[in-house]
Amino acid sequence: MKTVLIGIGNEFRGDDAVGRILVRRLAALELPGLEIRESSGECFSLMELWTDAERVILVDALQSGSAPGTIRRIDASTESIPADLVQQCSTHSLSLLEAVEMARALEKLPPEVLIYGIEGHRFEPGEELSPEVAQAVDEAFEQIQRECVIAHE
Amino acid sequence: MSEKEIRTIKVDYLARVEGEGAMHVKIKDGKVDDVKLKIFEPPRFFEAFLQGRRFEEAPDITARICGICPVAYQMSACHAMENGAGVRVEGAIRELRRLLYCGEWIESHGLHVFMLHAPDFLGYDSAIEMAKDHRELVQMGLRLKKIGNDIGIVLGGREIHPVNVKVGGFYKAPRKRDFLKLVEDLKWGIEAAEKTIQWCAGLPFPDFDQEYEFVSLRHPDEYPMSEGRIVSNHGLDIDVSEYEEHFEEEHVPYTNALHSVLKERGSYFVGPMARFNLNFDKLSPRAQAAAKAAGLDGQCLNPFKSIIVRAVELLYAFEEALRVLENYERPEVPAIEVDPSGKTGFGATEAPRGILYHRYGVLGNGDIRDAKIVPPTSQNQKTIERDLYRFVPQYIDLPDDELQWHCEQAIRNYDPCISCATHFLKIHREEVS
Repeated sequence: MKTVLIGIGNEFRGDDAVGRILVRRLAALELPGLEIRESSGECFSLMELWTDAERVILVDALQSGSAPGTIRRIDASTESIPADLVQQCSTHSLSLLEAVEMARALEKLPPEVLIYGIEGHRFEPGEELSPEVAQAVDEAFEQIQRECVIAHE
Repeated sequence: MSEKEIRTIKVDYLARVEGEGAMHVKIKDGKVDDVKLKIFEPPRFFEAFLQGRRFEEAPDITARICGICPVAYQMSACHAMENGAGVRVEGAIRELRRLLYCGEWIESHGLHVFMLHAPDFLGYDSAIEMAKDHRELVQMGLRLKKIGNDIGIVLGGREIHPVNVKVGGFYKAPRKRDFLKLVEDLKWGIEAAEKTIQWCAGLPFPDFDQEYEFVSLRHPDEYPMSEGRIVSNHGLDIDVSEYEEHFEEEHVPYTNALHSVLKERGSYFVGPMARFNLNFDKLSPRAQAAAKAAGLDGQCLNPFKSIIVRAVELLYAFEEALRVLENYERPEVPAIEVDPSGKTGFGATEAPRGILYHRYGVLGNGDIRDAKIVPPTSQNQKTIERDLYRFVPQYIDLPDDELQWHCEQAIRNYDPCISCATHFLKIHREEVS
């Protein structure tokens, strides 16, 4: 089963980089059957990245009001993304969540869709993660790695 | 006055426009009392921080003003610098620029027609809702838009904020074979754009023909993109360098974007409808025929029908891009030398939403002394408000939610780009000792 792991975010905006940092660490493991990609999160190009996948795992920073570093695992395969995570964003560039729902509407969503969200704290310009988020990276790394291995088995 | 006689239609956060804006319509005694398009996105001070930067940096810095029309900023900046230097970019480099601009029109119009504007006509809250019922249509729209992005990737180096544009031309000119894949896509795009025009023509439009002063570029030989004189249907016909003699910007207290007006006549209208009405004769025969078949015989005065005009421009852009590719011969050098040091340069090009004006004063050492940028949305703001003033009385008997729906649609007729409009609020500093 082909799994595509996509890290989303802007690597120059503090905690927004956490998705990219995580998938780069996972890339170093060279797990079989796993393709790693990165994205700015722009809706339409994101939809292109998973067209050939049977399973997609998306890793992104969250801004939902939870404690910084909180890890959320959302199975979006069959159900819509929880309303508290759907935010109003700039509408010339739709978000990850809208990309998932648009793909679902067009029947272009892979059979399995998992989203790992790590609650961020600081999104200002800079290349450092805040301590809570940096701490969450290790745990999220373990969890996502298990998902990837299970997927291959 | 009792409260019952005052009715307020308010949208605190406009959806499906680029950036952050709000709409406020106040109706008193059955008459429109006040209309405000409020742009509350903070100003971005691009003109100020261009000061002291090298003239070569202007295309890349100003491209950052917008993620949807970066090519327009790059083109206006390049043309302004070349105008200052007294040189012209010709031949294959000029053709490549036109191709890049076609890509941006395709991407921007594709997005607006299918994702932002169409849901208004069909009664959906979003393109996602619409996609559930109109899957094939939305897929066609996404593919159309993607071809625009692909032109940006091949020629610009990446799809958003291209890195290959420089004053005088490009850093690297693609080989003819780099474009091979695009040829088939463009041929498909021509057919798809034609279908799009037919589909748009069948949408339900409110009766709303209006008198406007349309302003666009006009070029003797082509549908305008990067060059031409600035003309209007009320007799304006000026060189780009005369822009500031005829247009001025006003501060308005409730918005962070300046309102641009014609000094003599006030509000005016830029963008696809203006280009179409002033340059119908320069469209390709196929685009002209498709427009006529859609009921637009060289003129469109109903802004709700701008969706048809955008589709016509989509068709033209696909045809034009294909023409450039089929005739393309790689230029010997990808750019010419340009030195505007000590000069002032003016540039205006046709961004997807209309005229984008740049003026730069350049010091003798090549640093930028001052900059002025007037984006299309600020030029259309007054016209958008005027439309609401006239539209609301016609539909005043509708319930609030329906009236609000139509008012939002009336704003989206202009595809406003609020992020573009807010970067030029000026700070007046008073020094007190």
